[in-house]
Amino acid sequence: MIDLLGHTFMQRALIAAFVTGLAAPVIGTYLVQRRLSLLGDGLGHVAVTGVAIGLLTGLAPTWTAVAVAILGAIAIEVIRERGNTSGDLALALLFYGGLAGGVMITGLAGQSAATLNRFLFGSITSISLDDIWFTLGLAVLILVVGLGLLPQLFTVAQDQDFARVAGLNVRAYNLLVAVLAAVTVTIAMRTVGLLLVSALMIVPVATSQQLARSFRRTVVGAVLVGAGSAVGGLLVSAYASVRHDVSLAPGSTIVLLALACFVGTWPVGAWQRRRDRLHAPFPAEPVEGHETTDHPHDHGPACGHPAVPHDDHVDYVHDGHRHAPHGEHYDEH
Amino acid sequence: MSSSHPGSEPVVELRDGAVAIGGRPVLRHVDLTVRQGEFVTLLGPNGSGKSTLVRALTGLRPLTLGTLHLFGTPLASFRDWHRLGFVPQRSSAASGVPASVAEVVGSGRLTRRRLLRPASRADRAAVASALELVGLADRARDSVATLSGGQQQRVLIARALAGEPDLFFLDEPTAGVDLPNQQALAAALGALSAAGSTVVLVTHELGPLAPLVDRTVVLRDGRVVYDGAPLQVDDAHGHHHPSPRRTDHHPGVVAPFDRSGEDVPW
Repeated sequence: MIDLLGHTFMQRALIAAFVTGLAAPVIGTYLVQRRLSLLGDGLGHVAVTGVAIGLLTGLAPTWTAVAVAILGAIAIEVIRERGNTSGDLALALLFYGGLAGGVMITGLAGQSAATLNRFLFGSITSISLDDIWFTLGLAVLILVVGLGLLPQLFTVAQDQDFARVAGLNVRAYNLLVAVLAAVTVTIAMRTVGLLLVSALMIVPVATSQQLARSFRRTVVGAVLVGAGSAVGGLLVSAYASVRHDVSLAPGSTIVLLALACFVGTWPVGAWQRRRDRLHAPFPAEPVEGHETTDHPHDHGPACGHPAVPHDDHVDYVHDGHRHAPHGEHYDEH
Repeated sequence: MSSSHPGSEPVVELRDGAVAIGGRPVLRHVDLTVRQGEFVTLLGPNGSGKSTLVRALTGLRPLTLGTLHLFGTPLASFRDWHRLGFVPQRSSAASGVPASVAEVVGSGRLTRRRLLRPASRADRAAVASALELVGLADRARDSVATLSGGQQQRVLIARALAGEPDLFFLDEPTAGVDLPNQQALAAALGALSAAGSTVVLVTHELGPLAPLVDRTVVLRDGRVVYDGAPLQVDDAHGHHHPSPRRTDHHPGVVAPFDRSGEDVPW
């Protein structure tokens, strides 16, 4: 294993996986907040055409993919802003057009399907030094813009009308998020591949929001899960190939590891949400008569009945109603 | 029209305003002047254009005709957005990702923060005092999704308060809110009004807000049909009745049979 880490290609792969895992969930959080979780997926499809154009023209596929994905992101944002009822359909047409166009242009370029597969499913271990600098530069850009403008981007995604009255240029910020998502898609292309790009943006956020109660903590948690599963997934697949001679594709291992994190945190989140509901206030209702009940035991922190703060005292939920200690007996509240 | 603040500066001045949505006229020939310190309610049935009027006054809906001045500045060159507080009509303050109460309220400070600068002590103090005013100081760190509908509405009001504006637009803040929450809301708006803020409130039912109102504007079919002293629901006689003139803009198809004895102008 240590030998493996000594190889240049493995060091490069680790750097690429780490920065991609850091950057992708930051943009993913804004997409989830705006309920656009599948946007990254769509941009991934559009980027396939960009890669194919690179293969056809002999330009670097990474750059052509960035260019085409950004154009696609702008087109999607314009369609969304028009607010057409068929906007959803228009997006689907764009996505399928992107994928089909990419496959066709790759064929025209005389390249085999295997070449395209490198981009569809990632080829992190064949990253060149130029690609590392490219990935690092764009990841830094995403982190600086995505975290630096967090208050503005949060407000725009939370409530567009309010943001507009607060004097924010909502259209510019929406375009910025779409363009950053396109950039993220292309840097994650080498790590997990275009078809799994969205997973690295969205799954860490889904994991993190199981436990977080604030937006900032969701972002921090998502970045930890993203970077952790990117590096962890790469190491697992490398270990499996060296020790057990099993070939695990790094991209799918990374995504499945992130999904495993989600599966692990979901029960905790579900339990926490259930507990929060017990703390939720009862709807205000008129106070009914002064009923009293005798009760076989003293309610207290250890009695096992859920405790509900009620004005100046604590009620205990008991068989669907609330008991409030009052001298020797309990009042029904 | 009548005003309890006749001498003070007009903060909102709409002249002959008209708004069309998808080619259909929603507001026509609306003149509205709101002076500093006034508490104005916009009343009217569903579809009368109340919300559209507020959206036009905040610049969210472009005017198809007419001119709008905010604080004496034409809307096109208005940049003092920190003087405006807006509580949009929505039922929930939650979105796709958890957000704490303090974060949602903190976004109201953006009008006063510069790009790429962390929140200052003044920003945090403003958020805390806004939460204090709506009575949610103890929930600042909770996720907004765990709050009840009325509490979420109060969070949205605290968000507008946090920017310390002079002029508030509230679009149906009491819709679907229970009485204790309406009272908490009325207390917060009363404190604002007493401090000299101007309030424009769209509502269906005044409830505990009624004593705060200086002036009522009633809209019907996109026109102002009453502008004056507050109306009381049980005030059947002795007040200025809204104009009974029919102002429907669509051709009357059913009306001639229903109202054969009435002279209907169209």
